[in-house]
Parts: sequence; C-alpha cells; structure tokens
Amino acid sequence: MGPSLKIAFIFLCSFIVGTASAQRNEMAVVKGGTYIPLYGVDSTAVTVKSFKMDVYPVTNSDYLRFVEEHPQWQRSKIIRLFSDGNYLVNWEGDTSFGDVLQPNAPITNISWFAAKNYCECLGKRLPTVDEWEYAAMADQTMADARTKESYNQQILDWYEAPKTFKNKIGSTFKNYWGIYDLHGLVWEWTIDFNSVLISGESRKDVDKDSNLFCGSAAVGASDLMNYAAFMRYALRGSLKASYSMRNLGFRCVEPLNKMNENSSR
Amino acid sequence: MKILVDKMKNTLKIVLLFLLVGSFTSCNFGKNDKTASVIYECPMHCEGEKTYDQPGSCPVCKMDLVPVSIKEKKDGAISDLSIYNLPSIWTTQNNEEIELKELQGDVVVMVMIYTSCQTACPRLAADMRNIEKQIPADKKDKVTLVLVSIDPETDTPERLAAFAKENKMDSKKWVLLRGSEENTLEFAAVLAVNYKRISPLDFSHSNIISVFDQGGELAHQQEGLGVNNKETISKILELVN
Repeated sequence: MGPSLKIAFIFLCSFIVGTASAQRNEMAVVKGGTYIPLYGVDSTAVTVKSFKMDVYPVTNSDYLRFVEEHPQWQRSKIIRLFSDGNYLVNWEGDTSFGDVLQPNAPITNISWFAAKNYCECLGKRLPTVDEWEYAAMADQTMADARTKESYNQQILDWYEAPKTFKNKIGSTFKNYWGIYDLHGLVWEWTIDFNSVLISGESRKDVDKDSNLFCGSAAVGASDLMNYAAFMRYALRGSLKASYSMRNLGFRCVEPLNKMNENSSR
Repeated sequence: MKILVDKMKNTLKIVLLFLLVGSFTSCNFGKNDKTASVIYECPMHCEGEKTYDQPGSCPVCKMDLVPVSIKEKKDGAISDLSIYNLPSIWTTQNNEEIELKELQGDVVVMVMIYTSCQTACPRLAADMRNIEKQIPADKKDKVTLVLVSIDPETDTPERLAAFAKENKMDSKKWVLLRGSEENTLEFAAVLAVNYKRISPLDFSHSNIISVFDQGGELAHQQEGLGVNNKETISKILELVN
C-alpha cells in the first residue's frame, strides 16, 4: 500500500465510521406510481418511478463534513456563479457553523448548485419536483392524503409557524414512506425547480414578473384548493439557482435499482 | 488479529466501492484551482471603497461585511461569475465535442431552443439572425452565436446541423449545442431560463437571449419574442470595441 493510498484509506475510513451513525445514509423507499401534480399537463397523471429518498433533510453537521472534504464549496471559496452573497451566511466560518446553529438542524442558505453537487458527491441526486411532490403527498398513514382536510391544514399551519428551520431534523411527523420533515421544517430544493412555468402551455413569453403568483396560474392548476402546493410551486418559480434562503434546504434521492448494482460489484 | 484483518478487508472494500462510486460523480464540479484571496467590503460602502481581508462588520453602520468578487480579466483567467466555470462537455452540430470555455475570448450571444418547436423557436432563431446581421462585418469574427438545445434527446447533431442549414446559420460563428439532460438543466439554471416538457414533442420555455462578455460573464439579457433588439446590439458593439 503506497503512502498516498494509506492516507486516503485512513481518511476515508474515518469518514465512513464518522458517518455511520449520522443520518446521511438513511434512505427510505418510495414506491412509484402515478399522481396528478398541481400543474399537470391538461391534468394528466404523471408516472413516478420507485426511488429512495433521504429520510431526513441534510443537516448542518452533514454539510460541514462536505465542505471539509470539498473546500471549493466553503463560504469564502465558492464562486459567485454558484451562489449569491447569502451562501452559508449564518455560519460562523468556512468550516464551522458556530454555537447558535444546531448540528442536527437542517442546512439552509445553500444554493441549488451546492445542493446538487452535495448529492452528486454521495452518488445521489436532488429529487425532481414530481418525486418530491409525490413523496410529500403522504401523511402518517396514507400515500396520498391530499384529499384529507387535516393534511392540508397541517401543512398550512406549518407555513404560519415561525423559524422552523431552527428545529432539529425528525421533529415533524414520519410519513407513510418512513420519511420525516417533508412538511414542517424547511422548503427543499428540487433538481428541476426551473421547470415551473405559469401554465402548461406558455410558449409565449414567460413574464418575469408574474411567476405563478398571478391568477392565471390558478386556472391551469388541477386542484384549486391545494394552497400549500400553490405556495411551493410559487416559491420554486421565484427561485434562481444561485439563491440561498434561510428556510430552504434539501435532501437527496437515488434510483431504486442503484443499490443492487453497487452491492453486486 | 484475524478479526482485525477481516475488518480491514471489509473497510477496504467499502473504501474501494466508495472510490469507485466517487469516480463516477462530478465532485470536482466548480473546482477552482486559483487560490484567490477573498476581500470584504461594507455592503453600504460607508467608507467608500475601503476593503478588509477578514470577515466582520462595518465600523460605521455595523452591517456584516460582504465578500467582493475580484474581477480577473487577464488572458486565460476567468472571473467567479463566468459561465466558463461550468465544466460540462457539449456536442456541436458538426458532432464535435466542446467545452464552453473554448468560446472564451469572443462575445457570445446565446439562446435556448429546440428544433422540433413550431412557434417560438423559429422566431427566436430569427431574432438571433437579426442580431447577427447588425454586427459590422469587421467585428463578426469577434462574436459567436450559440443555440443550446433544451431537447437533447431529439436534437441529435444531425438535427442541429439541419436546423442550422434551414435557418441559414452556416458560418462558423454559429454554434449549435446539445448536452446531457443534466448539463442542460444546469445551464438553464445559470441563464435563468425555465423550461418544461409539456408533451413528447413540445416544451414550453422562457424566451431569453443572453449576451456574455469575452470572459464569460453575463452582460445583457433580452427577454421576449421579436422585441426591439437595439439594446442587445449596442451591448454587443460596446463589448467588441
């Protein structure tokens, strides 16, 4: 074993041992199916393939480990193309989130580029809007709880609750798939957040100022009562990939068959 | 001892697996070899152009200091805001592989389209031609016009070549690109272009023509179809002169 390999060995070992207890690797299977998204194409159903999703959002301590391994994503080193000035703005320094933030609170103030790269470095990726929405239709007992009045009310209550991003991961309910915190903690990045358009058929110019907030958006939607979903789509439509927000975090997914591929190697 | 060795073997397996997985991912994305030192300034410029080499707060207004991007316009060096930081590889209409940074040094006018599009894209293409026409002959060499496909599945290099021919984009200053779905999404994210597949053949997308300076920084964006492109042209002329 050459010296450099040895170093890599020790480094990676400590890395793996260090993460074994962390939530970083815990994933839950979401069984695929069809659903009608809020902004469906003529309200047609979308098929989502089975996938695995992180049980918890990525935390401050998870992200700290990431920036330690990949210094180019540290606050002072990230290039401006990939982040606005708010990237990790509430961290104490490049490799410390300080005493105020909890290690087990979700990481926020990260740009889409950073979130995307984090997932890629773990061999995962960000969920698509459809995957996220599909997994998030579930409440504690049902895969699709959208018709329940209590489900919508629960989510809307969260939207009114202040500063939930300071809470620990796992502090909200465990849903039907075994996934925590899809609602009630932070908003989450999706890989194709920029696929949100005013309506299904807007090959005419997309007006930069009327991103989904306008009344015309509601006309194309499949469920006019789903205010919570409206808010999520509105948020996505207003984002740019370099934005960092205090209440916007992320989690990763991976295709279901991938684990089999890996273990057979 | 045996146990320890077994344990080591197992760990080694995990490590190897990890390395294997790692090698497939693009962890180096965004890697910047330059060790540019970061300087900070007050966002309100209370002390004029005064800068600090440490983060902290402004002694006058107490606001947190913000990092200043150092613009590097030297040959070869690109700034923090340059699209040439994107490492993605693209295929041209001539079936050649290129990295975006090969466009460095030219003013780049860029638009995202898809060739099977019947409505907006031909007009966007026309807008691009219009812009190209208004560049003085002696400056044409300094401007590259790029069309990036948002439908890489359908838009093969052959399709792109045919589209270029149909649209009289035959000089070598026209570049039509397709990339992986992933790279396309990322690129659209950089340009703030939104798009969504609305049927197997159609996409809806925002109509934005972007102008980049010689270093790959976004200099101007023109939104809308058939809009007056005077501003875009004057920006291009300003950059090439």
